[in-house]
Amino acid sequence: MTQRTRNWLLIAPSGALLLVMLVLPLSFVFVFSFGERGLSGGYVPAFTLEQYANLPARWTAFKNTLILAPLGTLAALLIAYPLAYQLAVRTDPKWKTLLLVLVIVPFWTSILIRSYAWIYILGGQGLPALLESVGIENVRLIYTPYAVTIGIIYGYLPLMVFPIYVALDRLDTGLLEASSDLGARPLTTLLKVTLPLSLPGVATGCMLVFILLMGEFLIPALLGGGKVFFVGNALVDLFLQSRNWAFGSAVAFTLIVIMLITITIYMRLIARLQTGREDVAVM
Amino acid sequence: MRVYTIAVYVFLYAPIAIIALFSFNAGRHASDFQGFSAQWYGRALSNPFVMDALETSLIVAFITASLASILGTLAAVGLQGLRGPARAVFDALIYIAVMIPGIVIGIATLIALVTVFDVMNPWIESLWGDADGAPTLSMGKGSLIAAHTMFTMALVVIIVRARLGTLERSLGEASADLYATPLGTFRQVTLPLIAPAVLAGFLLSFTFSFDDFIIAFFVAGSETTLPIYIFSSIRRGVTPEINAIGTMVMLASLVLLIAAQLILRRGDRK
Repeated sequence: MTQRTRNWLLIAPSGALLLVMLVLPLSFVFVFSFGERGLSGGYVPAFTLEQYANLPARWTAFKNTLILAPLGTLAALLIAYPLAYQLAVRTDPKWKTLLLVLVIVPFWTSILIRSYAWIYILGGQGLPALLESVGIENVRLIYTPYAVTIGIIYGYLPLMVFPIYVALDRLDTGLLEASSDLGARPLTTLLKVTLPLSLPGVATGCMLVFILLMGEFLIPALLGGGKVFFVGNALVDLFLQSRNWAFGSAVAFTLIVIMLITITIYMRLIARLQTGREDVAVM
Repeated sequence: MRVYTIAVYVFLYAPIAIIALFSFNAGRHASDFQGFSAQWYGRALSNPFVMDALETSLIVAFITASLASILGTLAAVGLQGLRGPARAVFDALIYIAVMIPGIVIGIATLIALVTVFDVMNPWIESLWGDADGAPTLSMGKGSLIAAHTMFTMALVVIIVRARLGTLERSLGEASADLYATPLGTFRQVTLPLIAPAVLAGFLLSFTFSFDDFIIAFFVAGSETTLPIYIFSSIRRGVTPEINAIGTMVMLASLVLLIAAQLILRRGDRK
């Protein structure tokens, strides 16, 4: 057996699995999106653009996703960056790893359970009751966009902290000292040295969180209470309740296309930002 | 800055602490604490629906993790020596598998398998001859394991490949020069070196499969996994029993994760 045949045999089982469980199903979504709904649900073969013409019917879901996914990503970034900076640059190396692991651990425990904890905190007898006792009355948090945003930040913060931490950790602290020795104020050092050098980490973190948020279902389902819903919630409704497979496929396919376009534009933007700073990038 | 860091850790752990605390609530109302009691743990563990769901989840997670770590490792090793378009296609598929939202994987698998099964079942029946005894294909543990394995196998390929990339090429060459067969080299040189990554891949696949709700929601058919049970219970209202289950699930994930960390760390030191 030649080495080439052996390599082919090694990748054959996983290749077959990818074909049957990824390529085939995604092709079904593509084909079904041009079909029609059967009388009792499901799918009837056809070639029509009717489902795509019907997309505005689910506009609210797309609008919510396209507003809250970037907003949630940005909010997570703003909270994660100072923490990652503190851990990577200002913490005693002895404690670094432990503190980082403590940030990441929640991410690997069930997001379902972690999200529903917020039903307690944001629900009537949680924070609103607490606020009422100090005189702030009639605060409603649960089933609002705020609740969904908090849930998003909470759920995905670890995923944002990790890549930024890795980027900042590699940063040579000598550069920061050099910057201050040359008379730069701390803010100038942060903006002109630290931030540009940690850009790859920021870019990775934002992309990971954004990708996961675009397909989010659980957080809006639990904390949005049917009032704040994402495309993911529309998909569950279309496939499991109204069983409109053709329209559901069109929604799913549109979601993938939107994701592809945003990610491509985003990567180009990041690439341009990075080449523009080649003079600074010492790494 | 210190205050800020502490505040973020409180933010991260307060919800988990609240669930753990309320799981010991003596009263039956979820949000008003009436003293300590471990009764809900006992109730959860003697609830047949919970135990069935737990069993399903454990079986699916174990088979998924085993298949994913074997297939993923083989693929990662095979890919090393492969160049050209085949490798580019495989790489692209791995990234698509990881990037496509779980919910889309779920619905795509659902419609594809249901359609294929609808075509195949009459076939099988006619081949079988006897209409009553013929096996029928349907959504269930099998389809769930296949969907989970596809996704986690992609993760294992990425993890193991990262580890293979750090190995010296000369090790394999030295082994070959000493007349080891390719299989011998793999068993005695490569495998021990990548073992920590494979084991970490196994544990991550297990945790993913065990915690996954959204893919299972679509492709598990009439089977109920633990996350599906928890989700449908929450819809009916949060109870201390669910908190007890949640606390136990989080503890179990925690133990697995720490194990994965320790194993990976040990592998790095070697």
